[in-house]
Amino acid sequence: MGSAQSVPPEMRALAERTGFTSEQIEQLHRRFKQLSHNRKTIRARIVHAFFDKRNLRKAPAGLAEEINFEDFLTIMSYFRPIEMDMDEERLESFRKEKLKFLFHMYDADYDGIITLQEYKNVLDELMSGNPHLEKESLRAIAEGAMLEAASACMARTGPDEVYEGITFEDFLKVWKGIDIETKMHVRFLTMEAIAHCY
Amino acid sequence: VGSPATEHMKMLCCLLSLLTLACPSAADYLDEPNLGSSLLPHYEHDHADAVGSSQDTRLQIFTVDYNNVQIPYEVTLWILLASLAKIGFHLYHRLPRLMPESCILIATGALVGAIIFGTDHKSPPVMNTSIYFLYLLPPIVLEEGYFMPTRPFFENLGSILWWSVLGSLLNSFGIGLSLYGICQIEAFGLTDLNLLQNLLFGSMISAVDPVAALAVFEEASVNEQLHMMIFGESLLNDGITVVLYNIFIAFTQMHRYEEIESIDILAGFARFFVVGLGGMLFGIVFGFVSALMTRFTHNVSAIEPLLVFMFSYLSYLCAEILYISGIMAMTACAVTMKKYVEENVCQNSYTTIKYFMKMLSSVSETLIFVFMGVSTVGKNHEWNWAFICFTLLFCLIWRTLSVFALFYISNKFRTYPLTFKDQLIISYSGLRGASSFSLAFLLPGKLFPRKKLFITATLVVIYFTVFIQGITIGPLVRYLDVKKTNKKESINEEIHMRLMDHLKAGIEDICGHWSHYQLRDKFKKFDNKYLKKILIREHQPKSSIVSLYKKMEIKLAIEMAENAMKISESSTASLQRCRNRRDHRLSPAEVESMRDVLAHNLYQVRQRAPSYNRHNLPSNTSEKQAQEILIRRQHSLRQSCRKGNSLPWGRPVNATSMRYLSLPQDHSGQPTRRKARHVTFTALQVGRSRSDTPKVIKAP
Repeated sequence: MGSAQSVPPEMRALAERTGFTSEQIEQLHRRFKQLSHNRKTIRARIVHAFFDKRNLRKAPAGLAEEINFEDFLTIMSYFRPIEMDMDEERLESFRKEKLKFLFHMYDADYDGIITLQEYKNVLDELMSGNPHLEKESLRAIAEGAMLEAASACMARTGPDEVYEGITFEDFLKVWKGIDIETKMHVRFLTMEAIAHCY
Repeated sequence: VGSPATEHMKMLCCLLSLLTLACPSAADYLDEPNLGSSLLPHYEHDHADAVGSSQDTRLQIFTVDYNNVQIPYEVTLWILLASLAKIGFHLYHRLPRLMPESCILIATGALVGAIIFGTDHKSPPVMNTSIYFLYLLPPIVLEEGYFMPTRPFFENLGSILWWSVLGSLLNSFGIGLSLYGICQIEAFGLTDLNLLQNLLFGSMISAVDPVAALAVFEEASVNEQLHMMIFGESLLNDGITVVLYNIFIAFTQMHRYEEIESIDILAGFARFFVVGLGGMLFGIVFGFVSALMTRFTHNVSAIEPLLVFMFSYLSYLCAEILYISGIMAMTACAVTMKKYVEENVCQNSYTTIKYFMKMLSSVSETLIFVFMGVSTVGKNHEWNWAFICFTLLFCLIWRTLSVFALFYISNKFRTYPLTFKDQLIISYSGLRGASSFSLAFLLPGKLFPRKKLFITATLVVIYFTVFIQGITIGPLVRYLDVKKTNKKESINEEIHMRLMDHLKAGIEDICGHWSHYQLRDKFKKFDNKYLKKILIREHQPKSSIVSLYKKMEIKLAIEMAENAMKISESSTASLQRCRNRRDHRLSPAEVESMRDVLAHNLYQVRQRAPSYNRHNLPSNTSEKQAQEILIRRQHSLRQSCRKGNSLPWGRPVNATSMRYLSLPQDHSGQPTRRKARHVTFTALQVGRSRSDTPKVIKAP
């Protein structure tokens, strides 16, 4: 990971694009520098998400070789908390962005559909902390979940079509009732004291 | 509302009138309640005997002795009456929408009170300090603690603590001090109430009991944060008010008013924290012990509910020995215990625990409300316009003030700030209830010469809040159009939430930002590594996703079993046809398998196993049957997998009835799998027929 120097005029451009304030950018930059030196063990998929070109808005598929600070900030901007003065349209697009980020975490082969296998992989990783679960159970749960999603989107598939997987629209439907904005954000409050602890 | 409902109402009215007639007739036999008399039947005939001849000392054929059973008899009668009132209340559809259930309970109590007053009957001593604190209060507290939804509670824990603790303190002191100010005014004739008494009254009256508000929220499915605030407040508020109450009473007892030094006040504060936190610690320890106990009870499942109840009660009592808050202890015990106990106990015990808890708490609450009604109509009142009106006014004012002030501050730290509408609802849902009344009733008369005034004021506040606020809060919630929640239990949601947790924890780790997700993550790791190994039985699913999944599967399986009854004939008929086509004689093995099919399809037949063993119930048959269907279904699904390339998503017949197709097999599944192989199914038409025929495949 390249380490960018924090240059004030560029910061303004960064701030404009990602919506962070300059203090927040400072904090994140410091943290970014620390991370690039000291390899912490972060879970593979989350790291993967940082390099995902779709999240970086560069290409519809593929992994970036390395990311610089600007890319890091782009990813972080998905986790921005909502502000009270956002209007409906911005809120809606904000929400869609966050959900797209999530969607990309599931969809590992860049085809825009979450298939059963991909879902199972995610489930495997989630349950990896539980040594007592058997593969059978995980498979069964994944099947059940897929069927549930399928039944929610039944109207679109005819009786003879085979349900391929969850598309982004179906994904949106699943999340309809849940408040993604309040769950998927990180509070970028005063982080100084903590950042220095590491 | 039609003729059946009115029929029921008429029947209930007849029953009610019969029961109330029984009360006054009992009064005739009463001279003086002999509470100390023995319970052995005795052949005294001092009391009137209906069929008696003159006063000779012959053996009486027919005697009546009411004194023996007076107390249990009347208590049971009260409870039954209240239950009948509840039934009637729910029969008439429009009433529950109009008013909360507590209104009916109070009205019933007032009715009983009127009857008792009218017949000049001496009511049994249901309520005194020890009975209330030892028997009536624990079930209510236990039920609140046990049914608390843990995850939203802990997510909002900071706000809830801030709001409950500071809110109660602010309310108590605010109301107490304002009333003290009012008492100083000579014209009202209240100058003999000193500061301490006013503060005590303030702490009593600020005990909130928003059961009615919670019922309205449930029904309107308001958003989770609002619901949690009120719920958490009601949970912690009881404990805090009782602690404050005890501290003030201790002050009143130990010192005369002038001798209170600042050291005592500091000691009071310190005691508050010691009592609260100590109670929680006690509760957690007891919770773990009881969870550990339930790990070993798979052979004696009938005592599992007993363990749960006795350990919680024990935590309460042990805490009370040391004058630590038993309420906090019991709540903490219930919360800790619940997670592990639910994994360990069998299905029946789980249901029993839930229902029994509900039953006990509703009995307690009923008794308290009835007693409240009884004391309304009586001679222990003292009316003072100024005190009562100002009490009411200050209750409303201080609640509103504290809500807006405290939430203004806590909104700055919350990720989801509570809107103005939410705060308005919270301030309006400050209903008082049974706890305020009990605390007022149990004031020691020697220390509080004007106890009757307090009781009257408390009763007025309770009646006002329950009737007027309780009735209007429903329309208010609907009018304000509070943000609703959209909760449905689904596997997808659970998985996504789990992923979100990990994601957030990971991102926060990257940012170096510490928050409660980190804490939760760490706790979960600790939990999985150590606690669950010790406290949960072997071979249990140790994940919430899996247990939710299992729960939903079993529910679905039971649904399917009930539907399967309808197709049992058609499947056996087609089975026979198939057989006759293939080989034209029915070998004994096939007859056997046909009998199997018949037996297995008749799930509805409930085996009335006589249980001669007092110590144990017959093992759970329906659960096994449900598992069996699912295992067979899993098997058939495997067959279809081998045939086609992907799972047959495209042909769900009736999406609502066939959602999950398989259950994680456990080790006991093996023998039933073997049996399943003997049974073959025919492929029925899918997708065309609209009946609930399950999809079955021909085995190779």
